[in-house]
Amino acid sequence: MRRLAKDRLAGHLMALLTITSLLLVVAMGIGLYLKAAPILQEHSLWELLSASEWKPMKNQFGFFPFLMGTLWVSGLALLIAIPISLLTAIFLTEYAHSMVRRFVFPFLDILAGLPSVIYGVWGMLLIVPWVSNVAGPWVQRNTTGYTVLACGIVLGVTIIPLLVSLFIEIFSNVSHELREATFALGATKWQTAKHVVLRKTAPGIVAAIVLAASRVMGETIAVIMVCGNLAIAPGSLLDACYPIPALIANNYGEMLSMPLYESALMFAAFILFFVVLVFNLFSRLVLKKIKE
Amino acid sequence: MVKRSIIEEKFMKLFMYASIALVVFFVASVVLSVFKRGIPLLSWEMVSSLPGGGFYMGGGGGFLNAIVGSFYIVGGATVMGLIISIPVVFFLNVYLKANSRFGSIARLAYDVLFGIPSIVYGAFGFTIMIYFGLRASLLGGTIVVTLLIIPIFIRSMDEVAKTIPSELLEASYSLGATRLETISIVIRQIAPAIATATLLSIGRAIGDAAGVLFTAGFSDRIPTSLTQQTATLPLSVYFQLQSPSLEVQDRAYAAAVVLTLIVLVLSISGRIIMNRFSRNKIQ
Repeated sequence: MRRLAKDRLAGHLMALLTITSLLLVVAMGIGLYLKAAPILQEHSLWELLSASEWKPMKNQFGFFPFLMGTLWVSGLALLIAIPISLLTAIFLTEYAHSMVRRFVFPFLDILAGLPSVIYGVWGMLLIVPWVSNVAGPWVQRNTTGYTVLACGIVLGVTIIPLLVSLFIEIFSNVSHELREATFALGATKWQTAKHVVLRKTAPGIVAAIVLAASRVMGETIAVIMVCGNLAIAPGSLLDACYPIPALIANNYGEMLSMPLYESALMFAAFILFFVVLVFNLFSRLVLKKIKE
Repeated sequence: MVKRSIIEEKFMKLFMYASIALVVFFVASVVLSVFKRGIPLLSWEMVSSLPGGGFYMGGGGGFLNAIVGSFYIVGGATVMGLIISIPVVFFLNVYLKANSRFGSIARLAYDVLFGIPSIVYGAFGFTIMIYFGLRASLLGGTIVVTLLIIPIFIRSMDEVAKTIPSELLEASYSLGATRLETISIVIRQIAPAIATATLLSIGRAIGDAAGVLFTAGFSDRIPTSLTQQTATLPLSVYFQLQSPSLEVQDRAYAAAVVLTLIVLVLSISGRIIMNRFSRNKIQ
């Protein structure tokens, strides 16, 4: 019976390991919240989110410019990535030969695997100069190139592989009979994709986009390298911006001497954690329901 | 009417070709622009020597400190990640029933953990380290990167472990094996998945900068103990690019080439393993 006892003991140990690793989510939420508490006592939540003065030395902590920076950049990245990814996914599932798929997938793999800092280097080498030399003069604006536009393009490209693989997974859940039924009615492939596949998978598409949005919001190093790091809410695509992750990463070293400053940065991390958590829970639950 | 639908079909197909072309163009543009800028600058001295005197003003030397530092952190994190993840995957798939409520909550939680940005891991890890009186160090960086890659390990191995037919487990039980002894069968089934998950995690771990920014710090030397700060490749690229000196920036591009090459090799070999080493797998 020693084998049975061993089996049971191992089971308990593994359960413990599983539960401990799961508690990380809870610990993270509580830990960040506790660290953010001092600043929430000093300033109201609304004040923090709506004020636009960021002067830690004068006890002014306005997060509005950073929130707007994140919103602009994420919005633009999604606007760029969604159509490209949707069309790519439709093509790969509805049209393409398996030969074509075998050719395209490794490219998506590489795109998915490249580190954030490499995207940042690419942004500095190609996108920023392009914005400064081509896009800016085109609308008669002088710009350094370190703008919402550059940031949105770089981030848009980083989420294409995630979106494509999610879309492909969702589309492949639509049954072949359904497609064949519309073909039998004389529909073209695109009509089938538009009226059957896209309509049937609309909730899944929304969930995938929400997931991609949460990924974009947390991107850090690539963002710092091309966003311009100017704490003013952007008014156009050709303004510099300063998204939340960049704020945290840039100021971490200097904040240790001021407790309230540290608390403010932890508050920023907590916002990020909270939004990403909610977005992830929503989209994962929807995607799971679709799979069943 | 027929005509309109055919025109629409043609147009949309054109757009689809354009998006595929764009995807391929983006990949080529990222990789080639980094290579084109960095490869002419890459020299043996850079990958084999430590930063010399006046390195950040354009002096001699290389970024061996960052290469070795990254390998220390990634190696440590991968080993620890495997030690923690394999039992969890085993627990989720052998000890729990297939439709267990706890199992589905756990999988959801790992999905969420996977989605949490590494800057949040870094910030959280840093506060915990301060709480325990730790400074930025090799140990701190390794722990944060371990936490970062555990969800990747678990979710990608679990994806494959879920497909193991229950008949296989039952056959093992009927021969008198306990659940614990059945592990050797499960391991054999998910071996290729462990290999790909490992490569995937190494790729993510070696490229991660935001998580190690505060927790591993930076250093010009190769750490000799767990409590010393250490450089990492991504941060070496990032810091050197901020320098006003062109020579220092050049070295950042060379470091970027090394990082890209490592990641490319990992991603390609991951695909090969996935395709080739599935021979023990029951379909």
